[in-house]
This record gives sequence, C-alpha cells and structure tokens, in this order.
Amino acid sequence: MENIIFLILRRMRLPLVLLVSVYALSVLGLVLIPGLDDQGNPWHMDFFHAFYFVSFMGSTIGFGEIPYAFTDAQRMWVVFTIYIAVVAWLYTIGTMISLIQTPAFQSAVTRNAFIRGTRRIRSAFFLICGYGDTGELLVDTLTDRGLRAVAIDVDQNRINNLELKELPVQVPGLCADALDLSSLLAAGLKHRHCAGVVALTDNDHINLKIAITSKLINPRLRVICRAESHDAAANIASFGTEHIINPFDTFADHLAMALNAPSMYLMNDWLTSASHRPLSEPLFPPRGRWILCGYGRFGKAVAKRLLDEGNTVTVIEADPQATDAPAESICARGTEADTLLEADVKNAVGVVAGTDDDANNLSIVMTAGDLNPTLFVVARQNRSENDEIFRAARLDLVAKNSGIIASRILALITTPLTAEFLRLASQQERQWADELISRIIGVADDRVPQTWMLETRATDTPAVAQALANGDTVLLEHLCRDPHDRKRLLRCVPLLMKRGREHNLLPGLKTALQPFDQILFCGRETAIHRMSRICYDPSVLCYTTTGKRPAAGWVWRRLIRSA
Amino acid sequence: MNLEKVVFAFFILLALTLNFGFFIGEISTPDHHNVFELFAAIVVSIVATILKFGDRTQLGAVVLASSLVADLQLVAAAIWWTIAVHVSAAGLTGAATASIVSLSGGAVLANLVSVVLLTIETVMVRR
Repeated sequence: MENIIFLILRRMRLPLVLLVSVYALSVLGLVLIPGLDDQGNPWHMDFFHAFYFVSFMGSTIGFGEIPYAFTDAQRMWVVFTIYIAVVAWLYTIGTMISLIQTPAFQSAVTRNAFIRGTRRIRSAFFLICGYGDTGELLVDTLTDRGLRAVAIDVDQNRINNLELKELPVQVPGLCADALDLSSLLAAGLKHRHCAGVVALTDNDHINLKIAITSKLINPRLRVICRAESHDAAANIASFGTEHIINPFDTFADHLAMALNAPSMYLMNDWLTSASHRPLSEPLFPPRGRWILCGYGRFGKAVAKRLLDEGNTVTVIEADPQATDAPAESICARGTEADTLLEADVKNAVGVVAGTDDDANNLSIVMTAGDLNPTLFVVARQNRSENDEIFRAARLDLVAKNSGIIASRILALITTPLTAEFLRLASQQERQWADELISRIIGVADDRVPQTWMLETRATDTPAVAQALANGDTVLLEHLCRDPHDRKRLLRCVPLLMKRGREHNLLPGLKTALQPFDQILFCGRETAIHRMSRICYDPSVLCYTTTGKRPAAGWVWRRLIRSA
Repeated sequence: MNLEKVVFAFFILLALTLNFGFFIGEISTPDHHNVFELFAAIVVSIVATILKFGDRTQLGAVVLASSLVADLQLVAAAIWWTIAVHVSAAGLTGAATASIVSLSGGAVLANLVSVVLLTIETVMVRR
C-alpha cells in the first residue's frame, strides 16, 4: 500500500504542476491586462478577483464578467485561458482516474481493507489457508459456532465466493499466495488473537511451507495441516505441527469406526458436524466380504481397515501394477455389470466405490445396487458440486474428502475438550457408547445436539465462581436444573469434566464443582441459554441450589437482613 | 547530474528568493511589499511542494513537510491581504501589512530549512 501511494503521488506531480501553472498564468494575465470600470475609468483587476474569476471559469465557464464588463483585450485573454484550463483539468482528472483504475492500486485497496478487517478481530480466530471445498465447509461451521476465521486463497473466484456468502460474522478473505510471508502476516499470523493456522491447500508442499513458516514466526500457534502422502506427513510432523490430517486415512478410520462401533461413529458425527442439521441415523455396516473398486491411496486405507476388522476384500482395479494391488485383484474399472459379477457381487455384503472419478463411482454403486439390492454401498465423492447427485443416489455412506477433513479439524479446534472427549470415548466399550447415544437422543430434539463448554471462573461463570469463592457447595446438578422449575432437569448431558490434568468422563450430577473446572456439555440449544442464566445470575444459581428465590436488589437484601 | 534534483533545487531556491524579496523592507509599510512578488512566491512554493510528492527518502519527506509549512504561511498571508483590502473597512493598514509580512517571514524560515536540507542531501550524495 505504501508503495502504491508513493507511486500515485509521483505520477500526479506533472498534472498538478501543470494545473498550478495554468492557474497562475491565467490569474497573472487578468491582473496585468488593463480594464475599464463602470464609469469608464482605467482599472486593474486585483489578485483576489482574478483568482475568483479563474476558479469558476476553470471549472464551470460560468458566472459572467465580474466585477465590471471586460474589455476586448481581457476577453481575448479569457478565451485563451478557458481552453488551457479545460485541457489542464481534463489531463489531471484523467490521470487520477487512470491511476485509481490500475490493478495494482485496486489490489492495494482490497489488501488494505483485508488488513483492517483482520486487525479489528477481537476474539480468537483461525487463519485458513486454502478456501476450497474443505475451507468453505470449515469456515461455515466455525462461524456457525461463533468462532472467527480469516481465509486466504490464490484463486480470486473462491474469495469472491466467500464475500458473497451470508455468514453470521464477517470473515476477511484475501486473494494471495500463502507461500508469501507478507500475505500470512497480513492475515494475522502475529495477531494477538490468532489461535492457529489451518493449511488446507491441495498441495502437500505448500501446506508444508505454510506449517513451517507459521511455526517459525509464531511458535505459540496451533498448526493443523492437511497432507495426502505419508512422506509429507512425516516431514510436517518433524517440526512440531500439532495435527496432520490425511483425508484418506481419516475416512478409513471413520469407516472402521462405523463398522466396529456404530454408536461411536454417530457420536463423532454429531459432535463434529454443523448444528441445526437433522439427526443422522445410526449406521450398521455388515461384516463379511466387501468389494473395493479403486486401489489408490483411498482404497488402500479402506482395505487395511476392512481387513483389520476381520472382513475379506475383493479388489477391482483398472491398473493393478501401478497401484500395487493384491495378486488376486480383478483388472477392470468396476463400472460394468460383468466385472462386478466376476467379483461375485451377489454374495458380497458391501461395495466401496473409491476411484477418483465421481461419475465412475456413481456408476459402480448404481450397477452394484441393481445386481444386489441388499448391498451396503459406500462411495467416494471427490467434488463438492456433485453434492445433489450423491444425495439423490441414497448411498449408505458417502466419503466426501472436504467433509471428512472439515469435521476432523472442527473437532480439534472448536473446543479442545471435544477432541479429548472423543479420544477417551474411543477407548470405551461398545455398550458404553450405545448407552450414551440413547441418553443424548433422550435430551435432543430431531436436530444434531449442540456442544458447549463451561469453565468455573469469574469471566465465564461469575455466579458460580462467586459462590465457590464464598465457600458454598455447588454440585454439577445445580447447573443442570431448569431456572423456572428446579425439579426439572435441563435437556443436556455433561460429557466430560476436566480438573487440572484429571479427566472425568460422564461426570455424575452429584459431583461437587471446584474453581477452574472445565465441563463439556451436549444438549439442546435452549439448555445453553438457561444454563448461562444460572452461571451469570447469582439469584438464579441460589434458586437452583437451594430452591429459595433471594432478593436481587440491594435495598431489599438489606431489609431482609435487618428483619 | 539528476534532472529531477536540478528542477527541484531551482524551484525551492526561487521560492526562497521571491519570498525573501517580498519579506524585505519596512515591516508596516505597504509600499515596500509587492503583491506580485507574494503571488509568484505562492505559485513557486506550491510547485516545489508538488515536486516533492512521492519522495520516499527520509530527507525528502522532511523537505516536503517544510515546504508544506511555507505554503501554509504564504496562503495565510494572501488570505490576510485579501481580507484587509476587500473585507475590512479599514483597508491595508500598517498593522495588517505587518501581520502579512511576518507570516511571509515564517515562510522564509521554512524555505530556508528546505534549502539547507537540500544542501545536506547534495553533500551526502557527493560523499
């Protein structure tokens, strides 16, 4: 921006000097040329009147001959000055407009607006590098949960797309190369509230560069990085990047979880997806022989998990040599009925269409579904614009790259406790998850439940912190009672309580709170609002703990105390 | 030889000399101070300011500032003159002339600073 302003000032020198000279010449001429006043006496125009006349003549050629009618000599001079003034003005204005229209100036202006937008952010935000499908989904969900984000991408169309979106909070976006440090700095890499950097470009090397730059410039930041190859992942992990997400492995893990513990899968899905979405049904993928079409990176990850879970896999791959497919693989694309019959589709339990072409994947699952309607069908969706088609195909499970990565990242960054909870939950038994799911369904309506976190400290929950400081006993149960009727419980489930380094999974309602406890809840949206009333208002907290409604005002409290 | 520097030096020196010419004389005597000289000083000083637009050097920025100060003083003097002659009933009195000339005296100082800075810049280039 600095540069461009200097450049503009420099380019404006000539037009401005010309304009000043023209004005000076015109004024001087008018002052020097003798005129006649209304009495016919010789008269010289003074500088004040000359400047006045030239000012309106130069811009409007307007008001007439002031203060006395001009002599012919003066008129000749005025005719001359009219023309030079018009030319000088046209030249000056033309130069100015062309300077404003230069792309360099325009981009400097947008960049400046972006920097201002970023600087104004007053709460924790994440810097998203790469606003593709995944970035878009991530920004949607982050803003939906009240978090801020800043996005940069090299493609102007994507940034335009971001600007056109109606998001609940403003998300500054800039078309810039994330490899350029100045762009990252402009996007708030050193901003006080920058909580982390998410590198989501589809190039592992660029992600690596973003991660290493962020770690070097601001070591405090959490860096989350997408990496498609294991080499790049190892490289990125070597300098302390917190989280590396491989879309293929992540989906394979999801599938494995869906096969092994459907309730756990459902819980993951609920806790990491956008709220206000209808509740998803639990999945029950069958066990047995699966057909896997496409043995690329995605196929390999899925095959490994399927085999780990004790299934058998028949691979169909168009190029078994290049992909290093198992020896007994069928060499075909899998879109034709005879290939699928050769793979004995009639006796398989499920099919996974995992090629990198959406049309082929759909063709595979449609053909397979015709041949064996009881199949469990899973397809990989590569491009976001095919959302509608995949929805129409009514598949059992869709592996959408962007969705998988976004929900995984979301679990990591929205509330750190959520990630912790999911980690602990994955170590539990199946039955534990089943019971928890039914408890959550019990409190939720037909939408995905909200998750939220409380910390018993003065800024977050002033009423509770005050009560604890006074030495009163506050049980977890007291936070979960309805402020209108304390006999009823709020529609929420406490999922995890963190005290120091200690984690308490599914804490009981009789647990006594201590200062600086962190508690993760999930439940209905109304429960959040009611709970925050309890946490903020000491009189409401008093009601839920003791059942008494104390006087809220100072005067009334005094009266009661003295009585 | 840098033509840009020559042109700027010409204008800034001319502004100083014209201004000085206007300034010199009995401070409250209107006859000692020529209105044409003030006009020329204003025009040349403004041109010198414009010529410093977009100069990124530290010294250039200070010269721009001092020449803006000179402009401001001279324009104030011109406005004062206009008010004295055309607006006030008393006309161009000795007191009014003294004010105008002292304003232009301030501008002389500012122009002088510009010239000194210019000299310093030149000496630095030589080294």
